[in-house]
Amino acid sequence: MAEASTVALSPETVLAQMKQNGVTDIVWLPDSETNWLYLLMQAEPSLRLVGVSREGHTMSIAAGLYAGGRKPMILIQNTGMMESGDSIRGWLLSLNIPVVMMVGYRGWTRHGVTTDTAATYTERFLMAFGLNYYLVESDADADRIGTAFAEAERTRRPVVVLVGDEYHGFNR
Amino acid sequence: MMRIAEALEAFRPHRGDALVVPGRGGRYWVEQTTSPQFDAPLGDPAMGGHAGFGLGLALARPERKLVLFDSEGDILMSLGMLATIAEQAPANFYHFLLDNECYATTGGQPVPNAKNVAYDKLALASGYPRAHAFEEIGEFARELPAILGRPGPVFVWLKVYPEVENEPIGRRRRWQTRSREQVVTDLRGGLGIAR
Repeated sequence: MAEASTVALSPETVLAQMKQNGVTDIVWLPDSETNWLYLLMQAEPSLRLVGVSREGHTMSIAAGLYAGGRKPMILIQNTGMMESGDSIRGWLLSLNIPVVMMVGYRGWTRHGVTTDTAATYTERFLMAFGLNYYLVESDADADRIGTAFAEAERTRRPVVVLVGDEYHGFNR
Repeated sequence: MMRIAEALEAFRPHRGDALVVPGRGGRYWVEQTTSPQFDAPLGDPAMGGHAGFGLGLALARPERKLVLFDSEGDILMSLGMLATIAEQAPANFYHFLLDNECYATTGGQPVPNAKNVAYDKLALASGYPRAHAFEEIGEFARELPAILGRPGPVFVWLKVYPEVENEPIGRRRRWQTRSREQVVTDLRGGLGIAR
């Protein structure tokens, strides 16, 4: 059985992916897994953090940042993503904004029975909107984040990275 | 009260090289502007988001003023955005509110508590350092140069006449001359941003 430390997605890895992919701004609302990542991002001088009070605000802010030449990334939880459907449609899809949305997959479980409806509807929601997505559970999956950035650029569309929640990798 | 077109016309001579997000004033602004490559007449991508788009653009281009014409229906849908703007505090952000007290594009139904919401006080309470309120075009036109001459963020509440549309959407005159994607592409091109 693998050690927890080897199967978790570390916040250091996520930050490294942000830097490697040239992210300039994180538009975000904290979720239950992101506190340690928040501390790292706050200490990173190359990143600007734009905090919002409702996830649906992240899409229009990211669109404005992109229109002005920046490379934003959205960081939210699946619950808020689902409430943001019209903003995703209007501000990201209809403007062809190539942005990566990193979404905390609350309730996700690999082997167990999903008991959290936030997880039940997450992938169905993404499929309904035609949003491609990559599941990232551990540091070993980190290259999928780069894949998502490349795909967003190539397709001029938002691409989602779902962060598997099972190991609470962002918390410390 | 003033007409939306009058308010935009009062602003136009003071534009300089500002980026303009005309919001629901877009249908008038597209006929007034002389620098469309620096405009973002996006229509209504999704209600409540104009302020966010304006904020993002202002943060991305601090060397230029960003002038946003927002609406009270949009602001009420995203009140928390005022706190985000105030926290980021972009000095180039000029946030004008066109308040017609109603949802004009759906037939003129009043917004909640239409006549009693003090939007300038909401902005101040959210952390904007300055806010103004105008009901008459003459006073607004007189004060505008001074407002634009000082750093933002600033909030300017304008009472405008409702210009209600009752035609079914499919029968309304389409004022947009470019797709939204094209607007963003043109704006980036105007700013010299490589694809």
